[in-house]
Amino acid sequence: MAVRVQEAAFDAGAELNAFAAAVAGAGAVVSFTGVVRDRDGGLSRMEVEHYPGMTERAIAAMVDEARARWALTGALVIHRHGVLQVGAPIMMVATAAPHRVAAFAAAEYLMDYLKSRAPFWKKEITASGAAWVAARDEDEDALSRWTGADDR
Amino acid sequence: MIDVMYFAWVRERIGLPRERVETQAATVAELVAELRAREDRYDLAFSDLRALRVALDQELADFDAPLAGVREVAFFPPMTGG
Repeated sequence: MAVRVQEAAFDAGAELNAFAAAVAGAGAVVSFTGVVRDRDGGLSRMEVEHYPGMTERAIAAMVDEARARWALTGALVIHRHGVLQVGAPIMMVATAAPHRVAAFAAAEYLMDYLKSRAPFWKKEITASGAAWVAARDEDEDALSRWTGADDR
Repeated sequence: MIDVMYFAWVRERIGLPRERVETQAATVAELVAELRAREDRYDLAFSDLRALRVALDQELADFDAPLAGVREVAFFPPMTGG
């Protein structure tokens, strides 16, 4: 289980290969890579602020919870902060499990919680200025599917 | 004394990332009231608590949470990771 919060760029393909090699025996490896997207055109860069210390703790707690819910043989979370260019990987999640259902569910769980419960804040910088990205209700609503009684 | 930290637009609006605050506040809400009374920039930053989140010693908490024993309070907008 690995959590990395870093400023440096990463190679999602190389990370996935290394992860898959280290979880030998897993029948399923699922990964998700988030990429900086130019939603409206004109995005020159994104800046990601975070809360050093709390970020690592919060993500580690999410990974622990995912391991308690599903029979994972491995989990990897990488999330960048600092200045990010359009098209650059911003974060990735990889999960490994004996079967795909658990690997997919755990990856979605980690993604949902990373969006709304890990202390990161995105700022979009365009030619006309800078604006903090607003949290979306859908992201908050997405957590409700994990907190019901029949979520396993 | 307590360490108070601000992130994202809260940091920008108040104009600093962290400060040491001498306070007798019993709860987060009381601390917020003390900060708002200081200056307009604090009053503005805390004008809508629904738009803010608070963490006590790096764990998310509520605004009515007690401050006894807490060393670090952080205020920030809803998180936008991922």
